[in-house]
Formats: sequence, structure tokens, C-alpha cells
Amino acid sequence: MITGRLLAVGIAVTTVALIAIGTLWPAPSAIAMAGSGANLLHPSSTPQAAVENLAHEIGQQAWETAYSSLANKNEFSQDDFKRDLTGSYSSLRTYAALNNFDLRPLHATADEAQIQLKLHWSTVVGMFVDTRELHVVRTGDRWEVAWPIVKEPRVPPQVIAVNYLRWDVIYRGPEDDWGTQDVEAPHVRIVDMHPVERSDGVILLGELLNEDVVPAFVSVKATLLAKNGAVIASEGSFDKICHTLLPKQVTPFLIAFHNIELSQVDSVHMEPSSSLIAASADPVIEIEDQKLNPAPGASLTGKLVNQSGQVVNVAHVLGTFYDNAGQLLWVSDQYVDRALLPETPVSFAISIPPDIARKVSTERAVATTYSSDRFQ
Amino acid sequence: MKFRFSSLLVGLVLAVVQLALAQTSALRLPRTIEAGSKFSIQSSGSGKGILYIVGPGQVLRRNIQLGETTFFAPGDLPNAGHYLAVLVKESSTDTGAFDITAASQPATLSFLAKPSRLPVDLHDGISGVVYIFDTFHNLVLQPTQVSFQLSGVAGAGQIQTVTSHDGIAWTKMNSGAKEGAAQFIARTGNVSGIRMIQQVPGDPCSLRINARLSSQPSSGQRLKLETDPVRDCSGNAVPDGTIVTFTESYNGGESTVDVPVKQGVARTEMPAYNGARISVATGVVMGNEIRWGKE
Repeated sequence: MITGRLLAVGIAVTTVALIAIGTLWPAPSAIAMAGSGANLLHPSSTPQAAVENLAHEIGQQAWETAYSSLANKNEFSQDDFKRDLTGSYSSLRTYAALNNFDLRPLHATADEAQIQLKLHWSTVVGMFVDTRELHVVRTGDRWEVAWPIVKEPRVPPQVIAVNYLRWDVIYRGPEDDWGTQDVEAPHVRIVDMHPVERSDGVILLGELLNEDVVPAFVSVKATLLAKNGAVIASEGSFDKICHTLLPKQVTPFLIAFHNIELSQVDSVHMEPSSSLIAASADPVIEIEDQKLNPAPGASLTGKLVNQSGQVVNVAHVLGTFYDNAGQLLWVSDQYVDRALLPETPVSFAISIPPDIARKVSTERAVATTYSSDRFQ
Repeated sequence: MKFRFSSLLVGLVLAVVQLALAQTSALRLPRTIEAGSKFSIQSSGSGKGILYIVGPGQVLRRNIQLGETTFFAPGDLPNAGHYLAVLVKESSTDTGAFDITAASQPATLSFLAKPSRLPVDLHDGISGVVYIFDTFHNLVLQPTQVSFQLSGVAGAGQIQTVTSHDGIAWTKMNSGAKEGAAQFIARTGNVSGIRMIQQVPGDPCSLRINARLSSQPSSGQRLKLETDPVRDCSGNAVPDGTIVTFTESYNGGESTVDVPVKQGVARTEMPAYNGARISVATGVVMGNEIRWGKE
């Protein structure tokens, strides 16, 4: 009985102590998320403190305070600064929240310093990192950050004629006789499928072809079966696939089964599904300057060029990697955080696991796009 | 136990025999009647009674004078099936049974044609199934001749005549060599059903590209890449919107672009690198590869 009371008192005291510690010495990420974090900022008496303060202000979207603390604000306006971080056009950046940040001092003298700032932004489709090399200069007893502004290009006013196909669909009505024809679902086919075992489970990789003459909304579901026919697990490709496939287009797909060993699996039941959707052949995205970069930090880099006149708000790039025998090795993807403006290249980098990267001989990249003013 | 079961069986048999006797004694029923047609039931005896006709999804009730003929108008019993006639008299009940059959003359066809869209030149690719109904939507079970006709956009059509079995007739047909909408007609007597079958081009054949320098002044030299008109192996132009992938490999780098066919041709622009290899593909079909400039 006495032991129980002691335990309760101990828990209460520890809780109060932890709350006090968290309030007095909060973690940087907690400050970034806190609305009143400005009160917790340190004086910019060191280069690191100046950068930390700036990152906090960015996290709180205190654009005015952040901009006023910069050493080079004569080079750009506050709106330019905000647009650099949130994007001029609606994109993933526009709706991202700063999750946390890292600092890495690169070089320092008595009057200036170089610090690498990594801003970790969270979005609905995952995290993206914005890395900036900051030049920090001493002004009196304070340090100020010279912000390396990245001005998004503006598209000059113009008329771009676009006459690509668009498919609309009229389905059978409820009043039609049961024998009346309906529009046929698109015919899709899995042209490649390959299971691999990874440390965190079994991964199914494959490619799906729309062999029809109409656009398809596709997804792939896989079920792992044991030797006795029992279902081990069932998963879908979720966003590791291009869901909208135009005629004769091929998409890679990846389905992850966590905490399962390949030795448990006797067979795999694949269920590709497709439905007819209204779609447009526009916009056309060119993926140029694709390069496989070896380990360490193996990646597929390149640039997306929007060849159409429509602004693409979110672009998703899927990379398919093959060995020298043409065998599918890996599928990886990246969402591009900036909007794609017409004829304006935007870089992307898809990371590849180091052990896979050593075997990669060829690759193929496809891009899928989402525009707020279009249904595709 | 065994004795009880035997007694029950004997009782049932006796009841059926009594039912048969009752039918012959009090009610004169036709054996079969065509759905929707007029008919009559003759009763015997004297006095008043109530005649019930019980069938699939329908019950009729008539107050009758025993010994007279009760008439039923056309359309009173439209549903085919097995019917029970029950005559309730003051002191007893008589029962009989008869069948309503579908009219022998088909009135409507439910025609299922699959698929509604398929590539050209596909053997047995089209299936047609017909359900034959009379005016009252009863399945016509009598064997009936049904002709299926597929009229393509070119050449002679295909005709097959089959006999229905239990109200159903079916066939398979080949898709034609020419793309376009084909009429698939099922006909029996003067009743027909029409479905449209979209015959679409198959996979592209002999995909070829050519390249030339772009005349547009722009940053860096660009290549104008263009396919020859993209056609399938039967010579049909593949539909606009078909994705053609251009791939350019150069100095360890690569550029790709997925371009939809427009007016039969896929066109794009890519950077002009000396020694670049440019290939083209659509779906799982590879085209030719060209080399630009010299390495």
C-alpha cells in the first residue's frame, strides 16, 4: 500500500520535473513547432545562434521577423524571401510545415562563417529536405545571416496553344436494361514482377502496362500465400505507382510487406485493377539530364521540364532500375517540392539503396503530375 | 421409428392420389397455357365457391358459380411457371395444377456482347449471348434459331446461325482487320438487338523515328524528333494519345520523354548531343535507334 503511494508520488514529481525541463530548455524542433517560440530564441551572439533563430522564425512563418534579421535584405524583398521558401505557385512547399532543422558549421573566422542549414519539411506525401549553405556575417556584437535567395522564375505572359487529346467517359445509366453495353474497363497487364528480400521485409517490384487505347486508373494489390495456401499478408502499391496510365504507358510499382521473410512465401497472388477515367494527354513532362550517381549517396538525378503551358503543382517521379541483364532491381520515387512552370527545368534526386546501386546498369524514369486546375 | 416413417409416406401418397382425383372430379384444367393468353376453367357441382389461382409472383381470386365455366382474359396470367388452382367450396376444397409457358414468338432479346472494345484481328475475341424473351419477359425455352451478324467497317461481315438452348443462344466471332466501330446484330424472327463493338488498332508495328536540328532559336541546340506515322501490323493508325517514349543516351546521361501521338505522329524536342543514341518505344514494342552526330 505504502509502496503504491510512493510510486504515485514519484511519477507525479517526475512528470512535473520533465515538464519544467521541456519548458525551460526546449528542443529546437519543439520551438519550431511552438507558436510562441520567438520568446525562446537566443540572442544572435554566435553564427549558430543566428542561424538557429532564423530557422525558428521560418518554422513559425514569422516572415517579417526572419526577413528583418537578414544581412542581405537589400538584395530582395520580403515577398521574394517568402516565395523562396513557400513557392510562387501552389506546390508541396506551400502546404509544408517545418518539422525540424540541422546545422553544420562549415567554416568560421572572427567576422564571418559558413553554415549548412537543412530544413526538414513535412508534407502530406512525406518529408523533403531543403539544404542551404548560409553565409553568416558579424555586425557589431550580432551575427546576421545572408540568405542565398533562390528566385523562382516567372513565366512571361503569353498564350500557349495546347491541343492534346482529352478523354471523357459516359457510363451506362441506371435506367438502362441490364443487358445494355457499358464502357469496357481498360485492359492492363503486369509485364514484369519480381520479389526481393530486404532487411525490413519482402518487396514486390514490377511493371504494369496499359495495353488499351483509353486512359486507365490503375492500382496493384498483392497477396502473399504460404505453402498451405493460407494468406500471409495483403498489400497495395499505394503511391509507389503512376495511377493514371495513358494508352501504352508503362508504370513501375512497388509493394512492401514489412516483417515478412521470403522463405515463408510459397506464391504471390497479384490483382491489377483498372478503371476507365477521364484524362488528358497534357501536360507532357520531359525528364532530361538523367544521371545515375554511384554510392555513397547513390541517386538518380535529373530535371523535369514541363513542355506544356499548364502549371504543374505537384510532380511525382518514379525511377525503375535494372541490372545488366535487364532484370528489375528496384523502384524508387520522389515528389518534387516546387511547381513545374512551362519550359522551366526543376531538379529531382531519387535515392537508391547502396547495395542496389552497385548492381544498377540502366534505369527508366516516369513522371506523373497533379494540377490544381485540372482533374488529372 | 421405421413404422412411423412408412406411415407418413403412405399418407402423403394417398393425399396426392386424392388431389389428382379432386382435380379430375371438380376442376377441368388445361394442361398448359401460353403466357398472357385467355383461358377458362370448368368446375363441377352446384352452389358457390371461390377459385384461387396461385403462381409465381401472382394470385388470382374469383367468386364462381360451381358447374359453370370461369373465363380469364388475355394478360391475366403473364408469368410463366407452375400454377396451382384451388377451389374452395362450402364443405370441401378441390385442387389442381397447370403450367403457363412462354409464348413461342420471341418479343425481345437481351443481347450481351463482350467486349465492347478489342484489338483488330483477334480470333474468337468477340462473344455474343442472347436471352430470348416473350412479350411478358418470360424466357422462351423452345429451341429458336438466332442469327448473329458482325458487320465490320470493311469487307464482308461474319454471319453465324445458332439454335437456342433453354432460352439462350451464344456465339464467338473474330474481330476484323480494320479498325472502327462494327455492328454486332443478333436476330430471331423480326426481333433484333444491336451492339457496337469498337475495333481498335493493335500494338504498333515497325516504330521508326527521325531527327533533325530544331530551327527554333533557343538556349543550346535541340533536336526535333518525330516518328513516322505509327501504325499497327494491319496498317491501322494507332489512336491519338498513345504514349511513345523517346530515350536519348549521351556521355553517361539520359533524357526521356513520354509523348502522346498526335495526328498519327509523336513529336518532341530533346537536347542535341554529339554521339547521342536516341531510341523509341511504345508499350512493350521497341522502335529503331538512331545516333546523332559523331562520338
